[in-house]
Amino acid sequence: MPNDIVVGKAAPGCKKIDPIVVASNVTRQFGGNLAVNVEHLEIPRGKITALIGPNGAGKTTLFNLLTGFDKPNTGEWTFEGKNIAGVSSYKVARRGMIRTFQLTKSLNAMTVIENMRLGAQKQRGEGFFSSLFSFLWKGEEARITETADDLLKRFKLDAKREDYAGSLSGGQRKLLEMARALMSKPSLIMLDEPMAGVNPALTQSLLEHIKGLKAGGTTVLFVEHDMHMVRHISDWVIVMAEGKVVAEGEPNVVMKDQAVIDAYLGAHHDTDLGTMKKGK
Amino acid sequence: MDLLLTLNLSISELVSPLTAAYILCAIGLSVHFGYTGLLNFGQAAFAAVGAYGMAIGVLTLKLPLLAAMGFALLCVVVFALILGIPTLRLRADYLAIVTIASAEVFRYLMSTSGFSEVTGGSNGLSQFGYEFYTWNPVPKGQYNLGLFTWTEEEVWLRLVAFSLVALSAVLVWLMMRSPWGRVMKGIREDEDAVRSLGKNVFWYKLQSLIIGGLFAGLGGIIFVIAMSNVQPSTWVTTFTFMIWTVLLLGGAATILGPIAGGMLFFVLLTLTNELLDGLRAIGWLPFLDQPQVAQIRFILIGLALMLLVVFRPQGIFGNKKELRFNA
Ligand SMILES: Nc1ncnc2c1ncn2[C@@H]1O[C@H](COP(=O)(O)OP(=O)(O)OP(=O)(O)O)[C@@H](O)[C@H]1O
Ligand SMILES: [Mg+2]
Repeated sequence: MPNDIVVGKAAPGCKKIDPIVVASNVTRQFGGNLAVNVEHLEIPRGKITALIGPNGAGKTTLFNLLTGFDKPNTGEWTFEGKNIAGVSSYKVARRGMIRTFQLTKSLNAMTVIENMRLGAQKQRGEGFFSSLFSFLWKGEEARITETADDLLKRFKLDAKREDYAGSLSGGQRKLLEMARALMSKPSLIMLDEPMAGVNPALTQSLLEHIKGLKAGGTTVLFVEHDMHMVRHISDWVIVMAEGKVVAEGEPNVVMKDQAVIDAYLGAHHDTDLGTMKKGK
Repeated sequence: MDLLLTLNLSISELVSPLTAAYILCAIGLSVHFGYTGLLNFGQAAFAAVGAYGMAIGVLTLKLPLLAAMGFALLCVVVFALILGIPTLRLRADYLAIVTIASAEVFRYLMSTSGFSEVTGGSNGLSQFGYEFYTWNPVPKGQYNLGLFTWTEEEVWLRLVAFSLVALSAVLVWLMMRSPWGRVMKGIREDEDAVRSLGKNVFWYKLQSLIIGGLFAGLGGIIFVIAMSNVQPSTWVTTFTFMIWTVLLLGGAATILGPIAGGMLFFVLLTLTNELLDGLRAIGWLPFLDQPQVAQIRFILIGLALMLLVVFRPQGIFGNKKELRFNA
C-alpha cells in the first residue's frame, strides 16, 4: 500500500502529509498526575484514525483538551491551520470539529428527533427574536428534519423517532449521540468509544457508516478498545500510554509493535474475544 | 362561620391582581427552571427590582408611569446581567446560592435608612400609581358579576393584570416551541452536550435569566400597583418560595401550569385560612389562637410543597417524562 499519510517514517509524533489537527506540547496535570503529556501529534485529514491505549492513558482527557472542554497546563494546537487552543468549546464545534462523549450525553427529556434537530448548526430559529415568528424558521426546520430522519434511518433509530431519549438503551443512546453529531456535517468527528455497548450486528453497519463518512470527506478520530474494529476500519493508529504517544503507524504494523503489545494489547491481541471464549 | 363568605373570598382569589402578580413571577420562573434548568431562588428580587424601579422612576426620576415601567424593566435586565455574568459559567448550584443571597442583599439595601431619600427605607414608597387609573377606559360605576361587585378601578386592574398573564403565557409558548426553546431545554438536560453541538450556552442562559426576570419584574409592577405601595418586607424569601410552590403545583415546564397553579394555590390558601379561622371562632380548635392560624397555613404550604415534590414532581399539567428533579 503506497503511503499517503506520513512524511518519512512512522514514529510517535511524526509529521503528516496533510494534517487536519496539529498539536504540540500539550500537557494536563491533575494534582500530581500528568494525565496528558503529548509532545507532538498530527491527525491526518480525510482518514480514519484510531486512538488506543490502556484505561487511564489520557485519551478522553486529550479529547477534552482539543475540543475546549478542559484547559491544558501547556500546549498549542491548530485545526485546519487555525490556532484553536483556548477557544471555547462551542466555537470549536462551530468550526467543524465535533466530538461525542465516552459517557453518553443524550438529552433524556427530549425526544429522539428533537435531539437530532438540536445538532444542526446556524439555525435561524435559535435566535430569540426570530424564534417568535415561526414563518422565519419553518422552512429551515423542515430541511433539518429531513436530514435528521435520514440519519435516524441509517442508524436504525427511525422507529424511536418520537420516543424520549431517556427511554433508549445504552447502546441506542450511543448511536443517537453519534447521529446527532453528524447533523452539522463536521469536517472532523471525534468519537469517544462509539462502539461501547453496541451489538455486533449493528457494529458491522456502523463500521460501514464510518467508512462512508470518510468517503464523504469527513475526517474521523476515534477512541476504541475493540481491536477488531480498530484493525478493520482505521487507516492510522495512534497509541497512548500514561499520557504520552508511544506508537503510531498503520494498524497492521502498530499492532505487531512489541512496545504496544506490552503496554496494551497483551498476549491475546490476535484472537477475537469470541474465539477465545469458544476454544483456547 | 359564614361558609358562603368563606367560599366567596376564596373564589375571588382566582382573579385577584395579586394572584396575577404571582403567576407572572411563576411564568418567569418556568422559563428559568422549568425550561432552562436554572435554579433561581431569588425570584422575589427580580419582582422587587421591577417594583422599586417603577416607583423610583415615578417619584425620583419624575418619569411618566409608562416610562417608569420601561425603566423598571431596564433595571431588571441590568440586575439579571449583574447576577448572571459572574455565575452562569459556574455550576448550577452557584446560581442558587447567589440568587438567594442577592435577593436578601437587595431587600436590605432597599430598607436601610441610608438610601431612604430614594427608596423610602423601611417605610417603602407610595403614591406612584395614580396615573394607572387615569388610563382606565372602563366607565365609572359598580360592576356586579354575580359573585363579586367591583368598581371600575378594580375591573381595570384585573383586566390589565390578567391580560399581561395571558400575553406572557402566549409569549412563552411561542418561545418554547421554537428552535430557541429547544436549545433551552437541551441546556436543562445537559449543557455540555449542547456546547458540543456548537451553541453558546452561556449566552442562552443569560437570555433565560433576563427573560424570566422580566416576567417577574412585570409581576412586581402589578403587585405594587395593586397594593398602591412598595414595602421592602414584601420581597422576603417566603415570596420566592410561594412562587416555587405555584410553579411546582402547576408543572414547571408547562405553559398553563403557572396559571392554574397560582389560582389553585391562592384559593386554597384563603380557604384554609378562613376555614381554620372559622373553626377556631366556633371553638373547635381551642389550642390555636388567631396569629397561630395565620402561621399554620404556611406550615401546611410547606407540607404541601414537600408532598408535591415527592409524589407529583411534574405538577398538575406536567409530563413525568419531561421533568424529574435532576438539576
Ligand atoms: N477530572 C479529573 N480529575 C482528576 N483526574 C482525572 C480527571 N479526568 C481524568 N483524570 C485522570 O487522568 C487520567 C487519564 O484519564 P482519561 O479519562 O483521559 O483516560 P482514558 O485514556 O480515556 O481511559 P479509558 O480508556 O478508561 O476511557 C486518569 O489517570 C484519570 O484518573
Ligand atoms: Mg476515556
